[in-house]
Amino acid sequence: MANADCIVIQGSNMAECHPVGFQWVAEAKARGAKVIHVDPRFTRTTAVADKHVPIRAGSDIVLLGALINHVLSKGLHFEEYIRAFTNAGTIINDEYGEPEDLGGLFSGFDPETGAYDLASWSYASADGSGRPVPPGAPAAVDPTLTHPRCVFQILKRHFQRYTPELVADACGISGEDFAYLANAITENSGRERTTCFAYAVGWTQHTQGAQYIRTAAILQLLLGNVGRPGSGIMALRGHATIQGSTDIPTLFNLLPGYLPMPKAGTHDTLTDYLDAVGTKEQKSFWANTDAYLVSLLKAWWGDAATAENDYAYDYLPRLTGPHGTYQTLMSMLEDQVEGYFILGQNPAVGSANGRLQRLGMSHLKWLVVRDFSLIESATWWKDGPEIESGELRTEDIDTEVFVLPAANHTEKSGSFTQTQRMVQWRHQAVTPPGDCRSELQFFHELGRRLRARLAGSTDPRDRPLLDLTWDYPTDEHGEPDAESVLAEINGSHLSGEQAGQPLSAFTEMRADGTTSGGCWIYTGVYAGGENMAARRVPGQDQDEIASEWAWAWPANRRILYNRASADAEGRPWSERKKLMWWDAEAGRWQGPDVADFSVDRDPRAESAAGASGPAALGGTDAFIMQPDGRAWLFAPTGMIDGPLPTHYEAQESPVANPVYPQQQSPARIMFPRAGNMFAPSAGAPGAEVYPCVFTTYRLTEHHTAGGMSRWLPYLSELQPEMFCEVSPELAAERGLTPYGWATVISPRAAIEVRVLVTRRMTPLTIGGRTVHQIGLPYHWGVGGDAVVSGDSANDLIGITLDPNVQIQDSKTGSCDIIPGRRPRGTQREALVQEYLARAGVTTATDSTVITAPDVTAGTETPVDAGAPQKGDPAESGESHALRAEEDAGEHEPGGTASVDRFPAGGSEPGEPGPEAAAGKTIDADTPEAGGPDHDGPGPAGAGAGPEEDR
Amino acid sequence: MSRSSFLGWPVIRQFRSGDVTGRGRSVTSERTRAITSRTEEADTVAQSVCPYCAVGCGQLVYAKDNRVIQIEGDPDSPVSRGRLCPKGAASEQLVNQSGRLTRVLYRAPKGTEWQSLDLETAMDMIAERFLESRRRHWEDRDADGRPLRRTMGIASLGGATLDNEENYLIKKLFTAAGAIQIENQARI
Repeated sequence: MANADCIVIQGSNMAECHPVGFQWVAEAKARGAKVIHVDPRFTRTTAVADKHVPIRAGSDIVLLGALINHVLSKGLHFEEYIRAFTNAGTIINDEYGEPEDLGGLFSGFDPETGAYDLASWSYASADGSGRPVPPGAPAAVDPTLTHPRCVFQILKRHFQRYTPELVADACGISGEDFAYLANAITENSGRERTTCFAYAVGWTQHTQGAQYIRTAAILQLLLGNVGRPGSGIMALRGHATIQGSTDIPTLFNLLPGYLPMPKAGTHDTLTDYLDAVGTKEQKSFWANTDAYLVSLLKAWWGDAATAENDYAYDYLPRLTGPHGTYQTLMSMLEDQVEGYFILGQNPAVGSANGRLQRLGMSHLKWLVVRDFSLIESATWWKDGPEIESGELRTEDIDTEVFVLPAANHTEKSGSFTQTQRMVQWRHQAVTPPGDCRSELQFFHELGRRLRARLAGSTDPRDRPLLDLTWDYPTDEHGEPDAESVLAEINGSHLSGEQAGQPLSAFTEMRADGTTSGGCWIYTGVYAGGENMAARRVPGQDQDEIASEWAWAWPANRRILYNRASADAEGRPWSERKKLMWWDAEAGRWQGPDVADFSVDRDPRAESAAGASGPAALGGTDAFIMQPDGRAWLFAPTGMIDGPLPTHYEAQESPVANPVYPQQQSPARIMFPRAGNMFAPSAGAPGAEVYPCVFTTYRLTEHHTAGGMSRWLPYLSELQPEMFCEVSPELAAERGLTPYGWATVISPRAAIEVRVLVTRRMTPLTIGGRTVHQIGLPYHWGVGGDAVVSGDSANDLIGITLDPNVQIQDSKTGSCDIIPGRRPRGTQREALVQEYLARAGVTTATDSTVITAPDVTAGTETPVDAGAPQKGDPAESGESHALRAEEDAGEHEPGGTASVDRFPAGGSEPGEPGPEAAAGKTIDADTPEAGGPDHDGPGPAGAGAGPEEDR
Repeated sequence: MSRSSFLGWPVIRQFRSGDVTGRGRSVTSERTRAITSRTEEADTVAQSVCPYCAVGCGQLVYAKDNRVIQIEGDPDSPVSRGRLCPKGAASEQLVNQSGRLTRVLYRAPKGTEWQSLDLETAMDMIAERFLESRRRHWEDRDADGRPLRRTMGIASLGGATLDNEENYLIKKLFTAAGAIQIENQARI
């Protein structure tokens, strides 16, 4: 980021939440870069930015879409860049129908299932027939970009509705502010200059979170800001290894390295799986999925994985839909889940709809909590809000609770992967006290005990456990050697002269069982038997790329898509923005980073006819994980809620969608039920009962749900009490007293907060009326053990998910605010119910899939109260598309789409990421970051979702 | 030097010691001069990484007698250049805070208080419950006869604050056991 000429921070309060990373923004500014903060609040980030653009939470696609329209309508795009590297000229098949003609929906929507059939978004066949063809198959291209169905023309039409006037009306942003932003980014893009975007969970935690990032990806691609120094989209993730836990996923939909978990009916056999996920017909490195998957199966099941049994493929369990944390919660409430492990997370405080989270846990037979302290997820049965209110009685709760103390980061060795994909090793400093153990030891021990109990079993279901490779060396305390696990993740040769030696690159992986490797994208981290993640050549002794500090996946590449830092012929776009270039004499790509391309592929090389996989990539196919080698302005697959971003309002919003008759995202995932209901939207009767918009966020002094900060006296003293931020106008209107108490009521809960009256909150004029926004940090929870406690903002939040990544909509909700403390005991829930009754809320409120009156399938289709299964990314048929996760980040970041090779995934908010090395240099990558983060790579983007990172 | 001596006068002291701006040695007390930094007393220094957000700031963990005594930013890190935010700077307290749990606690069904439990016993009980729940909610095939080979009776949440190697073992073990409802903060 330090190399950027303009930085737009949107959906993130970077100075507050990533303060040390923010030094690189400060450095860019010191070098002359312009810094713009787009955010509902004036924050610590805004305070040091050149410009604050206040925005209504949940309207980001309108703003970004208008910037795209500005660029396209004024011809400000980077023509050579998009011609060289994107799918701008690709023609879309004749079946594709646009939202302009369909009331805001795309073609292919099935109101019965609430999901899209993606077939009509496909490319058109190269034979000129207009027929759809899958990604990777030869498609029709119009190099002049003038064909009415080519992506470039479709983009122009799609975004023409997104005007500065719409921005003023929907986002509350003035024409002057819009012009400032538009001019800043276009003046700082092109051959000589680059603009970087940074986001966090302010983008991911929406029903369209992945599409927010997609919109930014389209804009950045049009401006040529991907793969170049100081460019990209930086996903700022919120946990030490939320990126790593997406790469090597503790996520339902993924296997390590963004390989999708197999799904019943789609991936029943190994052949089915490889045909769907790793077809050899595509250009990209996903064509080698067979080698990655077989190496993984060999790592897990060793000699039991043979050619005869398809390398134990049938040992893998199968998915039948989304099995994310919120679907699991619904199963808990229906007594379908008996046991729950909580590992360094605090869902009673940190997950959406805290009350349902706690009630869900009361339905468990047993619960294992592993943490440093008695967090609220361990004590809800004793001192949680539902005990106080009388809704639950301790003596009636059957859940058995085990709390096992955990070792912390100084008491074990291991690696974290930070937000730019860099894997950094930590050395153990001391041994853990008492019963404290690492997760490595806990799970190693648990596995040993499970296997011992099953020894001798003849039940086929037990073979995967009994055949598992599980012999890790341990020290005198029983702690497994973390480096031996890293070596397994890296992989090794199993036969031939090199048998037993670590692999040095994933290109060495084979599909014939002669190699192993637990996560293909991490191959190389243990090359030559050296722990590359532990490398510590001081930054001051290296260039900006700092390639000898730790190791970044893949292949220690620090800036993704860096082939695009040079033009079609391989020459740097400019001396000022030089990174990688083609050295014709040497016949290879040169530069300070590891080329994100076949190092000897001539930029003028044609895509070889008849070739497949990476060998088929032409000299300008810079996006080597995409089936066509192109960055996707239009995503024919990978996103399940639209090939292009379209603005819809949040699940609950006081505002009617100003763009289309369709109010909310039709593909969002809903869980209508008691305890998870929503305020009337768009001025419908009852909307006035919840007139304000609330948004949630972090503070520097705390960490997420507080498990690692509210037990620390230093941090608790710095931020002792839950509060809200309100404008002086709202305070006057409601009679709120500074530093006094207020009660915030949503359709899910009522919480009490201290009142901070501040001009940092700006009332916005939306659709001709004033909309007040309320800011709420979410770090506090109710319990008896922490140094500080308080009501939890997440209790206010309902559960509605982005269908791509299964991440909840928690950045915008409807509420009311009144002076004074909340009622105690049963009166608290009575207050919530009184509001619901007054607003006329039922489970049907906001549950209508299609609100546009005259759309195709037309009829209103309320969703059943059960857990909808739609939206499983895997159902799109593209496995690749599975992306899901971020983070805040997380994640998702990705994107999918276009940019990302790993589309989107993560989380987390994670989401979805870029790189940048922190700035230093690396910025360019970004998209990926998100990507990975959030999701994963997929060919098209599969992703995991953004992270989480709240 | 005695404060009553002429040479002990502040201004004289300041110039005599070369501490012209009066912000260094000339204004330190005897007590200050007698103490040393904790980092100098450390037996070991381990290179580490901050456990909070995903920026990945370098940390140096100073330990003495198997106890962490100080955590500082690592100036060699090209990411953080020695800096830590309030959380990273407070992470010594994360290790040594008095409220830290170091023994297993157990709450029986319908129980009103915590009980203590031996770690080995707890591990055995968890393993036993794991297998029972796995069995009770096992699904071999779906309605169409397609293989599922999974259990829906067990779920897990967490991983973003753990290590990559730990996430790897969690995913590996749960997948082999047929448990698929494995999630972490990245979904949130």
